[in-house]
Amino acid sequence: MEEIIKILSGIRPEYDFYQESNFIEDGILDSFDMVMLVTALDEHYGIKILGTDIIPENFTDTASIKRLVERYGGME
Amino acid sequence: MKNSVLEYLEETAKRCGDKPAIIDGARQLTFRQLRQLGRQLALKMTKEYSFFQKPVAVLLPKSADSLVAFAGVLYSGNYYVPLDEKLPAQRLGKILDNLQPAAMITSAEYTGLLTSLGVEQSKIILLGTLYEDLPPEDEHHLDEIVQQIIDVDPVYIIYTSGSTGTPKGVVVTNRGVIDYIDWAIQCFDIHEQTMIGSQSPFFFDNSTLDIYLCLGAGATIVIIPKMLFSFPAKLISYVKDMRINFIFWVPSVLISVANAKILDEIILPDLTKILFAGEVMPNKQLNYWRKRMPNALFANLYGPTEITVDCTYYIVDREFDDQEPLPIGIPCRNTDVLVLNAENRRAGMMEVGELCVRGSSLALGYWDDPEKTAAAFVQNPLHSHYPEKIYRTGDLVYVNERREIIFVGRKDSQIKHMGYRIELGEIETAIAGLPLIESACVTYNKSKEEIVLLYKASETMELGEIRKALLPLLPKYMMPTTAYQLDEMPLNANGKIDRVTLLQRYGQ
Repeated sequence: MEEIIKILSGIRPEYDFYQESNFIEDGILDSFDMVMLVTALDEHYGIKILGTDIIPENFTDTASIKRLVERYGGME
Repeated sequence: MKNSVLEYLEETAKRCGDKPAIIDGARQLTFRQLRQLGRQLALKMTKEYSFFQKPVAVLLPKSADSLVAFAGVLYSGNYYVPLDEKLPAQRLGKILDNLQPAAMITSAEYTGLLTSLGVEQSKIILLGTLYEDLPPEDEHHLDEIVQQIIDVDPVYIIYTSGSTGTPKGVVVTNRGVIDYIDWAIQCFDIHEQTMIGSQSPFFFDNSTLDIYLCLGAGATIVIIPKMLFSFPAKLISYVKDMRINFIFWVPSVLISVANAKILDEIILPDLTKILFAGEVMPNKQLNYWRKRMPNALFANLYGPTEITVDCTYYIVDREFDDQEPLPIGIPCRNTDVLVLNAENRRAGMMEVGELCVRGSSLALGYWDDPEKTAAAFVQNPLHSHYPEKIYRTGDLVYVNERREIIFVGRKDSQIKHMGYRIELGEIETAIAGLPLIESACVTYNKSKEEIVLLYKASETMELGEIRKALLPLLPKYMMPTTAYQLDEMPLNANGKIDRVTLLQRYGQ
């Protein structure tokens, strides 16, 4: 979880990702941030997230991002 | 002959008043409701204010309410100025300083911002306080106002970025919009069954096509939730579920769908017309779309805001290699395009020149900015017999042997490097067609005499690899000398590559 928060903070340093509850509905991450986030996750974990998995449900919060990364075999 | 764009709404509301004009999430407005709400707003304005033929700014999120506001402003005999509600306060303040709007239509959440920028409370009109009924005499009063509108009156002002940092307000006429829409309805066979998937923000002039095809042909606009543009699979699923059959999007969105290969997974049987404009569409990603949607019509539209959205179009009618440029085509109906060379004469075939436009599609100029207006809207240099303005786009093009116009680049991005005259757009086109490259932007660092490449690729790519791949495509002197691979290309509010930011970061 720490690594994911570090990645998120690198993209949007102005937010406290320990506190934010819903990154999408609350407008924390916009379309530009989303593409940066997917690229950063791919590079950091050595995975390739498919376009069909770039959906709001997988990026709602740190827990959902963690589940997505783990599904692709990326481990913290 | 129509004098006002309102005639579209009047005719369509009579012909198919109960058909949905706009779908905005759970909310729908029929043409009759849109007309009625617009007229109620106009009535409120004419009762409370006395101005006529003045700019009225609209500061609202993209919604059905925006269209009600636009209609209301027009029915009151004025013209609307759509503004981005997410603009930084300073930039919004600059626009309002220049515009000095007669009134502002907004919602309660923005009133604090507006008053802090010096807008008087008495000039702020909140939607949601519309009159319930219109007495017959008031209907007659509004009809009288509409009858006073003539085709050269402004219909809207759209602000575009200005090179000096102060946005410019482009004043567009009813005639320009009517010519454009009459042409588009016929050219793309738009009718009451057309479902338009609207991407463009209303403060960006691509939305003119969505809005007035709806009003003119009785098509339905579906406002696609902005959030979906972050999620290409969701976006395409939404297009499918809503049975959208017509889109006019910026290429960046089409590119993101192609790069994520979403059309491998989701089939769009209803989508039959795919139009794009606003930046160069790379053939690599277009070829992906064409391969998966072989029966759809693809059209590349081109034009700056100053000539009413688009002045040329190209309906894709043949195969293109990934590296080839896509033509911007031929002039739209009742528009003439002049390609003028450095001597202000017509350029010959294959000779690069500046694309200039003449005709009634030309904007009236920049709001309250006679100097910039005079610089861009100039006398046609091909004759001096009578006053005739042309608009100089600053875009460089040539006409190929098929008589199609090919975009080369910006006049102001032409460089001299090692004694050679180079168009950076040509380098970009070549690089954008390379395998693994998803998008590219090239600039020139004058002080270091470096061609600087900013690019996004699906895998790590070194400059050496790129130069090697470019060897068959470009002369050596056109090769990038410095390169930065980016995780993502920054996009501006309109979804285009943000060249201003890139130039700031990487120098010019």
